[in-house]
Amino acid sequence: MARLRARSRTLLAEVLRPHRGRLGAAVALLLTQNAAAMSGPYLVMLGIDRAIEPLREGRSGPLAAVAVSFAAATGIEYAARRGFLTLSARVGQAVLLDLRQRVYAHFLRLPVAFHERYTSGRMISRLTSDIDSIAELVDGGVESLVMAALTIVSVAAILLWLDLPLAAVTLLAFPLLFWLSRWFARASAAAYRHTREAMALVIVHFVESMRGIRAVQAYRREPRNQRIFDSVNDDYRRSSRQAFRLIATYSPSIKLIGNVTVAGVLCYGGARVLGGETAVGVLAAFLLYLRRFFEPMQELSQFYNSLQSATAALEKLAGVLDERPAVAEPVRPVPLPRRPGRGAVHFQAVSFGYRPDAPILTGLDLTIPAGQTVALIGPTGAGKSTVAKLLARFHDPATGTVTLDGVDLRQVADAELRRTVVLVTQETHLFGGTVAENIRFGRPDADDAAVEAAARAIGAHDFIAALPDGYATEVHRRGGRLSAGQRQLVAFARAFLADPAVLILDEATSSLDVPTERLVQHALSTILRDRTAVVIAHRLSTVETVDRVLVLDDGRIVEDGPPAELIADGGRYAALHRQWRDSLL
Amino acid sequence: MAAGSDGGPTDRGEVRRRPLRNLWRLRRYLRPHTVEFSWLMLAGLAATGAGIAVPLVAQQVVDGPVARRDLTGLYQLGALALLLGLAEASLIFIRRWVQSSSSVTMEAAIRADVYAHLQQLPPSFHDRWPSGQLLSRITSDLSVLRRFLSFGLFFLILNVVTYLVVVVLLIRLHPALGLLVGVSAVPLFVIARRFGRHYHTASRRMQDQQGDVATLVEETAQGLRTMKAYGRGPQLTARFTAGTEALHDTGVGKGRLLARTAALLDLVPNLTLSIVLVAGAAAVAAGRLTVGQLVAFVSLQLMLIWPVQALGWIIANGQEAATAADRIQEVLDTPPAIVDAPGAVALARSTVHGRLRFEAVGFRYPGSPAPVLRGIDLTVEPGETLAVVGATGSGKSTLLSLVPRLHDVGTGRITLDGHDLRDLRLASLRRLVGMAFEEPTLFSMSVWENLTLGRPDAGEDEVRAALALAQAEFAYDLPWGLRTRLGEQGLSLSGGQRQRLALARAVLVRPAVLVLDDPLSALDVHTEALVESALKRVLRNTTALLVVHRPSTIALADRVALLEQGRFTAVGPHTELLATVPAYRAVLSAEPATPPPPRSPPGGPPLVRS
Ligand SMILES: Nc1ncnc2c1ncn2[C@@H]1O[C@H](COP(=O)(O)OP(=O)(O)OP(=O)(O)O)[C@@H](O)[C@H]1O
Ligand SMILES: Nc1ncnc2c1ncn2[C@@H]1O[C@H](COP(=O)(O)OP(=O)(O)OP(=O)(O)O)[C@@H](O)[C@H]1O
Ligand SMILES: [Mg+2]
Ligand SMILES: [Mg+2]
Repeated sequence: MARLRARSRTLLAEVLRPHRGRLGAAVALLLTQNAAAMSGPYLVMLGIDRAIEPLREGRSGPLAAVAVSFAAATGIEYAARRGFLTLSARVGQAVLLDLRQRVYAHFLRLPVAFHERYTSGRMISRLTSDIDSIAELVDGGVESLVMAALTIVSVAAILLWLDLPLAAVTLLAFPLLFWLSRWFARASAAAYRHTREAMALVIVHFVESMRGIRAVQAYRREPRNQRIFDSVNDDYRRSSRQAFRLIATYSPSIKLIGNVTVAGVLCYGGARVLGGETAVGVLAAFLLYLRRFFEPMQELSQFYNSLQSATAALEKLAGVLDERPAVAEPVRPVPLPRRPGRGAVHFQAVSFGYRPDAPILTGLDLTIPAGQTVALIGPTGAGKSTVAKLLARFHDPATGTVTLDGVDLRQVADAELRRTVVLVTQETHLFGGTVAENIRFGRPDADDAAVEAAARAIGAHDFIAALPDGYATEVHRRGGRLSAGQRQLVAFARAFLADPAVLILDEATSSLDVPTERLVQHALSTILRDRTAVVIAHRLSTVETVDRVLVLDDGRIVEDGPPAELIADGGRYAALHRQWRDSLL
Repeated sequence: MAAGSDGGPTDRGEVRRRPLRNLWRLRRYLRPHTVEFSWLMLAGLAATGAGIAVPLVAQQVVDGPVARRDLTGLYQLGALALLLGLAEASLIFIRRWVQSSSSVTMEAAIRADVYAHLQQLPPSFHDRWPSGQLLSRITSDLSVLRRFLSFGLFFLILNVVTYLVVVVLLIRLHPALGLLVGVSAVPLFVIARRFGRHYHTASRRMQDQQGDVATLVEETAQGLRTMKAYGRGPQLTARFTAGTEALHDTGVGKGRLLARTAALLDLVPNLTLSIVLVAGAAAVAAGRLTVGQLVAFVSLQLMLIWPVQALGWIIANGQEAATAADRIQEVLDTPPAIVDAPGAVALARSTVHGRLRFEAVGFRYPGSPAPVLRGIDLTVEPGETLAVVGATGSGKSTLLSLVPRLHDVGTGRITLDGHDLRDLRLASLRRLVGMAFEEPTLFSMSVWENLTLGRPDAGEDEVRAALALAQAEFAYDLPWGLRTRLGEQGLSLSGGQRQRLALARAVLVRPAVLVLDDPLSALDVHTEALVESALKRVLRNTTALLVVHRPSTIALADRVALLEQGRFTAVGPHTELLATVPAYRAVLSAEPATPPPPRSPPGGPPLVRS
């Protein structure tokens, strides 16, 4: 916790550093504004003490001087305030922008395993609700915070200068204020930490139930979901109420101290005036200044509150930034050899498990020469997708190495790895946006003709052309506008467009109808001709055209050879194949 | 489709004719707190009154005891000031304490209602709304509203009252100068109005952009694997950067607007003060005002500075709240298109035979020109299993989704045992229908909860049987067995494992009508065969609709219907269609691109190589 707090402070310093110049200017403006505002009561005092007598004698000069100074001070205050507010909004927004982008970029760097643990709802919560609570501070807090602090310091100075003993009475309040603030800081930090996490839970539940709305409705889960939502919502309600109650205690306590002080000053100051130790004007000014002293204290407490809330949020963000990517980019990447016929893959004694105590792969050895197409088959849950994910470096093996053209994947720069190896995941994902945008995801610089060519190559062009806006049709969130098979075709076209040296297809045709699958099959035989490919499929039609079949079971390769040979050998694959052939028409 | 279904987010920049209407409509959430609100209003006013009284006491001190050299009087007045100060602080405490619970309660109530409403809205609504836009409504917009309901509204009222009271006091102290201060409200009003208008546009843009950013984040979170697989981090980052930069620019614009206004709002009372000072000094000199009165006048007037300064903030907050209310009402105003009809009936499971009849059923997705289904006519007899076969995108899933009324038919009707589905209670219908989607939808809860989603009261044995049927006994081997909490979307399982759990879930409902959309696509041949033979037993006495792509699975069906061009062009037993309908054969036949390799000789024991 302490480390996070320190880290969040460093983070704040980091995001503020580029704006040092502007911050300096802002402080200068603020000082100017403050000086101008401070001169108000002083001028009032001057007006009362020095201008009234001359006026009685018919001299209006002093009063005019006071009035002109007052007007000038007002003008300066206006300009400085406006300048400051504009500047601080710019700095504030820039800081928010910076924070958003930092955290977002870092989320992208973190590995799949992190995200599985962290959940998308939390990630969303960090980048929306947490940033919001920092924005709340930025929107008005910083000004008041700095301004209030300045006011308090300068008023204290003026008070001391006006009348030392009277000021001493005022300063008696300080230890009390200090103690109170420390209590509040501790208590509210804890409270706000809780609200941030409670909000994250609200978002997690919200996101997940909205995403699964079809299942929620089909299974009448609404009432139960509502109860869960009510409970996390209520938890958030209670934790923010707790935070608000703290400030509800803190802020009036400050007020109380201020009021008691005013009463004290009134008595003591009045007595001093009676004793002739000080002038009426001084007392008047003193009382005015005291207002200016405790009023910002009040605001300060308010923004101290925003600060606490923002700090809690900042801690959360710092916590994210603190996560070291377990599947990290290499510091000194080794370039892949640039020769034709790239894409030799080698798994060497690879062991891996999602949990340390449950190994999925144990000592997997596998060599795929460049340009070979292999089929990876095996019962469901055998670990096929796991092999695919290791090859695409979603995870790093626990022991052993995965190499590409002789280079350990851990030493390949991410951009190069992604150019070379593409995995079409078992779960098809389309982004909101048009069909063309989704295909172009495979190669962002591809022109429309290339996009269409890719779609044609895998037989997706016809259905796309038939959509209302063709390639410009919006597919809605997660591609919901398309049928499952259509989504797979788009994902396939995307991979085709990416044109990698190593292509991994994880059940990429499972939702297609048979003729369409046949078309894709046909396209595949050309597409895969001179690249390394790993094809995972339960429908063995895909497998017939491959060079080699690997049967995976229980995390080991139990059969390995050309399909015809394996069939002839009459082993596992032969049995599967027979069963599959029998199931065909 | 009914009105709600074409409810995408409203057009940006649309002009709002009655800016506060939607905010006003949210007053029902304030109603349960009327008493509290009146109390805190009273406490607030009283506190302000006490606050205002302190300078008056100060005046008394200067004019009375100090002038008369009366020490006792001084202490009496000092005690009075102390008392007032105590009262003020306690009143503020009461106000804030009450507020702290009422504001968060209102916020939570609105959030719960929005969530409840969203759960009622049909999938077609959810497909069209960017998810982040919904999310930002229950987070950012609601906290803006909370701030308004707890502070903005309160201070708006309080500050107006303070202003009036102070002005009245000022007028009593010195009518001419008091009136001057009163009149200074006019420029304030003008400034505030202009500001409000501009700020409204900016805040709507800002809040919409916040929703956009939330959408980008959610899309990234969901498409993370795809992003990684293609190494498209830089592109997504660029997209996100563009989104956040837009937000940044709007924020800076808003800041500039606020800066201009706030400074102006500061200027007006200060200018007034300088006039008061000159005129007041003159009046004192002329003997028409005491020094004490002038001090009181000035300090009272200084009390106005904060309410006026805060005006900018309050208006900004009010505008944002109005925008937030608009955005929330947009969702709440979308009527759920699929609800219980008046007089809808519930059917008991035991009385349902399960005759499902499609009568001239047509369906068109909102916003697309051509209908997907154009006249489906068919009866599925009780206990019969009908396989629906058709090319990719022919409308099979669409047809299936009509049965549990995830969408409503466009034309024609569907009946269950003679009841139009729309005359059945939604909950009752959905209890009778068990569905497995083509993409298994699992939630990050325990396996048990996922399985019993449709029947929370299912017993241990039933769950075991359902798991056995779906060949999903692997679930018992998970680290904590059925209590294992699945990862988000069940992604901590393999594709086939997810699909089998989803199948078990559908079967567990013991539905009258079982609707399975390509339920075996992720299974290996061997497991598939095992599931099929188990499923066969269940299907014997359950009406079932089954979408299949593989000939093997069709063996489960009594009849097959071929879906083409939105119609069933052929219906009949598999073998019959195969023989007589060439189109049917074409959709299923697997003539491979290359001739099949020679049949293997009868296999020996599985050969292990590695
Ligand atoms: N993210 C994960 N966290 C924990 N366990 C996982 C995760 N992903 C997969 N597993 C487990 O690892 C094992 C292998 O899963 P994998 O996805 O590799 O299987 P598969 O061979 O692809 O199966 P299928 O044919 O069903 O897709 C399964 O038992 C699965 O439950
Ligand atoms: N929300 C939607 N809005 C508009 N059109 C849609 C929507 N959902 C699907 N469609 C279109 O309706 C048609 C039928 O889709 P549906 O999902 O029913 O196909 P399907 O037969 O299930 O295909 P598959 O075998 O690929 O799953 C498709 O052409 C699809 O593009
Ligand atoms: Mg898999
Ligand atoms: Mg479908």
